[in-house]
Amino acid sequence: MTDLRKTVAIVGVDESDEIGKVPDKSNLTHHAEAAYNALEDAGMSMKDVNGLFTAGTSTLNLAEYLGIEPSFTDTTAVGGSSFIIHIAHAMAAINAGYCDVALVTHGEAGRSRRSRPGGDAADPGSQFETPYGFLGAPINYAMAARRYMHEYGEDKTRQAMAEVAVATRKWAQLNPKAYMKDDMSFDDYHNSRWISWPFHLLDCCLVTDAGGAYVITSAERARDAKKKPVWVLGAAESHDHNLISQMPDLTRTVAKNTGPLALERSGVTHDDIDLAMIYDSFTYTVLATLESLGFCGPGEAPDFVANQRTAPGGDFAMNTSGGGLSYTHSGMYGMFLVLEAVRQLRGECGDRQLDDPKLCLINGTGGSLSSTGTTVLAVD
Amino acid sequence: MAYNKPLPVPQGESDVYWQKAKQGELWLRNCKSCGNAYFYPRDISPCCFSKDTDWIQASGKATLFTYGIVQRAPHPGFVDDVPFVTAVVELEEGPKMATNIVIEDPTPENLQIGMALEVVFEDITDELALPKFKPA
Repeated sequence: MTDLRKTVAIVGVDESDEIGKVPDKSNLTHHAEAAYNALEDAGMSMKDVNGLFTAGTSTLNLAEYLGIEPSFTDTTAVGGSSFIIHIAHAMAAINAGYCDVALVTHGEAGRSRRSRPGGDAADPGSQFETPYGFLGAPINYAMAARRYMHEYGEDKTRQAMAEVAVATRKWAQLNPKAYMKDDMSFDDYHNSRWISWPFHLLDCCLVTDAGGAYVITSAERARDAKKKPVWVLGAAESHDHNLISQMPDLTRTVAKNTGPLALERSGVTHDDIDLAMIYDSFTYTVLATLESLGFCGPGEAPDFVANQRTAPGGDFAMNTSGGGLSYTHSGMYGMFLVLEAVRQLRGECGDRQLDDPKLCLINGTGGSLSSTGTTVLAVD
Repeated sequence: MAYNKPLPVPQGESDVYWQKAKQGELWLRNCKSCGNAYFYPRDISPCCFSKDTDWIQASGKATLFTYGIVQRAPHPGFVDDVPFVTAVVELEEGPKMATNIVIEDPTPENLQIGMALEVVFEDITDELALPKFKPA
């Protein structure tokens, strides 16, 4: 396979102007603001953009709204992981010469939107899951977590879920843009109300209004960008089901394939990674993902995250933005994993800045634990 | 009160499934290439991508594979149901399907993974019945 390491770089990132609770801004407003800000961060303008990528709305809708006519267009939409997968697709397109400045945007008024998307009645899920109340991620993911508890022990799984919730909140307290910054104790976690047993409220990600965007370009153009390039080393993507009832193994995501493959393509190993950005739609998602990626073995995540190991000051840096659990989660959170990874690698993170990180692994999960995209980013 | 939960809309390849459910029977598609039943129904099998498929009647026996106890209604139609049990069950024939567990007191103590279940049918409209499961 062609070695694509460092052939493209992310040169601009940002959120939309305000995130959190933002009444009166639509999904597309968040897209456009984030695009504007990310291009400014890159020192580029919309005129430079010739590749357009998004999920959640069609690039047809988006390009018209932004006023551009892309020469490469990609609406790969496989859930919240899509924006990680777009990195790989942009890498391929740029290397093929189909575009040289790719803009990837996300915008979702998850909290304040005035309409709700409806499913297609002909979809299998509309016939075989939603009539039973399989509606929304908390219900679907809770069933996966229950199976994990059955296989590996309820008490230790519960404690691990609490560890993740509490550690992630500590990072959020260091992020001025985070939505939830109140102190969270273990008691707060255990006493929070049930949403769908075994999930407490504090096992679940936020629902916010937010947009995000990044600009990715060729190595040649990246060297002229305003800030230091954040190189893409390698990436991998996959999915193995859509409906949670059809998931082959509720304790293993396809990160079991995309993790090792992305590392191999990047020419690095787990031990080289300075920061892991792991989609935390739910506390359980983190446990299943760490194991699937190969940071630890099946059933070992509870030991891996024990004693606040992923909190500030711990020896495994993870989700330093405060994650989907406490920073922001508009609906398809994957975009925000990229923003934090780039900012950490550039050294822009203020109170939460890690000590000179060089390599970040990002893993997005989409759908009902259905899809994953894994990418490794690096700075020189 | 009128039934106001989301309704399934049968499609050409699932009409038989829903017609049989209304008659109180659970039917599955079966791949004749490998001999395995599969769920949900589709004309071409997902195991072998074979067109050599037919319908078989399931025994209606299953075991509990996993579940959640929903405390916050995800839709207005479920407000009077909470707490209710969403579940994935493993049918005796092999496939897994989404369903609800019909049980008086839905607590973790009363819902043991691996417990034996049997199908029941809830009439929801004049044309449709939903297969659900109760402890056997």
